[in-house]
Amino acid sequence: MKEKMFREALNEAIREEMRRDATVIMLGEGIAERGGSYMVTKGLLEEFGAGRVMDTPIAEASFTGLGVGAAITGLRPVVEILFVDFTLLILDQIMNQAAKYRFMTGGRGRVPMVLRTQGGSGNGLAAQHSQSLEALFYHIPGLKVIAPSTPADAKGLLKSAIRDDDPVIFLEHKLLYQTKGPVPDDDDFTIKLGRGDIKRPGRDITIVAWSRMAQLALAAAETLSREGIDAEVVDPRTLVPLDKKLIFASAGKTGKCLIVQEAVRRGGVASDIASLIQENAFPLLKAPVRILAGRNTPIPYNITLEKSCVPQEEDIVKMARDMCNHGLQRQSAVRDSESTMQREVLNVT
Amino acid sequence: MYSRELLMGIWRTIARIRKFEMRCVKLYRKGKIRGYLHSYVGEEAIAAGACAALAHDDYIVSTHRGHGHCIAKGAEIKYMMAEICGKKDGYCKGFGGSMHIADVTRGNLGANGIVGGGIPLGIGAGMSAKVRGSGQVTVIFFSDGASNNGVFAESLNLAAIWNLPVIFLLENNHYAVSTPIEQSSRSADLYKRAEGYMVSGEAVDGNDPLAVYAAVTRAADRCRRGQGPVLIEAKTYRFGGHHVNDAGAYMSREKLEHYQSRDPLKIARGYLREQETCSEEELDRIEAEIEAEIDAAVEFAEHSPEMTPEEFEHELKSYNLGA
Repeated sequence: MKEKMFREALNEAIREEMRRDATVIMLGEGIAERGGSYMVTKGLLEEFGAGRVMDTPIAEASFTGLGVGAAITGLRPVVEILFVDFTLLILDQIMNQAAKYRFMTGGRGRVPMVLRTQGGSGNGLAAQHSQSLEALFYHIPGLKVIAPSTPADAKGLLKSAIRDDDPVIFLEHKLLYQTKGPVPDDDDFTIKLGRGDIKRPGRDITIVAWSRMAQLALAAAETLSREGIDAEVVDPRTLVPLDKKLIFASAGKTGKCLIVQEAVRRGGVASDIASLIQENAFPLLKAPVRILAGRNTPIPYNITLEKSCVPQEEDIVKMARDMCNHGLQRQSAVRDSESTMQREVLNVT
Repeated sequence: MYSRELLMGIWRTIARIRKFEMRCVKLYRKGKIRGYLHSYVGEEAIAAGACAALAHDDYIVSTHRGHGHCIAKGAEIKYMMAEICGKKDGYCKGFGGSMHIADVTRGNLGANGIVGGGIPLGIGAGMSAKVRGSGQVTVIFFSDGASNNGVFAESLNLAAIWNLPVIFLLENNHYAVSTPIEQSSRSADLYKRAEGYMVSGEAVDGNDPLAVYAAVTRAADRCRRGQGPVLIEAKTYRFGGHHVNDAGAYMSREKLEHYQSRDPLKIARGYLREQETCSEEELDRIEAEIEAEIDAAVEFAEHSPEMTPEEFEHELKSYNLGA
């Protein structure tokens, strides 16, 4: 396996799928001539031509809806929205049209479309270019939601998304594009949607995190290990469908679960995952499930303030450490009844 | 000179839509139909004329006032009736109802509950036909109300820059729910908006099915030659309020009388009568056949079961909604 950048892995995924299937097309702002703001679509125009790789005017709602209509009638469009913040202009087409079409037609119509977009803070882009909005899409039945953290996952999941017959929201973090990792060369390398991944096994605490936060969680786990705390990092990779089994199993094994999300705390995906864990794995928990999330505020421009609004590596270390130390007293009492209950919990899907 | 077959087909479609809609109102009053019911009565010539100019595999995108488009594109009315009554044998198994009927196999991509929401889908169908080189044309039915939504402007422009084979068929019935077009636009001649996008635009008498047929035929030819899109504004008027529970008290009596005197059903029948091969008796007989077809559709809908919550549960699993 070669080391590749996250953006190169995405480029390969699109390129391979466009070679494989002539119905795959790409639409977006500045994606063709310019190759995309983050160079994800570089070279696609040259290889596939202007009939399949199209620069659009700034008309997000309509070119997204164009993707939906094209998907219904036989194409597999990959639509790029430059910033997740701009998806707020396309919500009717995504939430009312794409998400509900299959259902409203009693299963007779399908929308095999991917909406790629980019979000997250860290580049000093302020309140309208730094949001993490996965909860909006997570909330709507009929959408699949992907938020990868590594180049290999990005490639395997994007390929699966393009092959999927339902609308998929594919969320990329702007700070991940330049990160590197090993990526399989195999043209048929895909990752099944709904399969999470244990990025680091551990015994003492489970940290659930996706997208860039999974990378921070891994770094935090290294620091924690030097203090004798063995953290397990679980990356669900796809938020819908969610690999609940994997999350419950890990939380059940360690008895402690910290969920980290960059998005604001209120109404977030982390809150939903926390409620699922406590409903399904409560007997195995040694401590309350905790959430580390962005503050309930728009992202400020100033770099110090920006950092203070979203979880940092040291915040994860601190909260995980607190949970492990605090939980020591309860541990022995719970351990006796653990094995039977663990079996029950792991059967829950 | 139009063929007897064409004139008969158009008149028959208008009569089927009229009778279907009248029956739906009756069923609504009896409580057999729930939710919203937006009647197409008075506007039938547009769907009938337009769809007569299309091939079987051409696409249409419809609206909340969509029964007429659906029938004109060849839907089976028994499945429509079952859907509107919320039954399992309906086009959408009772999940969609009046505002969401789609019949993808006949190119009807569906009605829409969001005013203007279907317009981008229509240009998508146009893009799809262009990329696949299929020669299919898409007619986007939308309204004067939708013409003031941003997606109309965006989509007309997108279709223009990519020469998409798409006909924007604006049904100007003069009201966005209750707000008259004169209040919402400086010009009530909405086809003029085409010029700003360098698109061919024209207005036609929306109550005259042959005027609509001729305009859509010309537009479809243009589209198939790669010279799309086209905007056609069909001027018409609702014969009632926005939906079955709206009496339309705000509507102009004078205009209503004018348009009722130009009832598309009568105009279509008149065209047939001009052809001496068609007798009143023959047309009456066909009308009776249509009544019988609608009776049978109602019968079918009434006997169709509702999906049980248990079946619904099972159905949802197959949709892979990630629940």
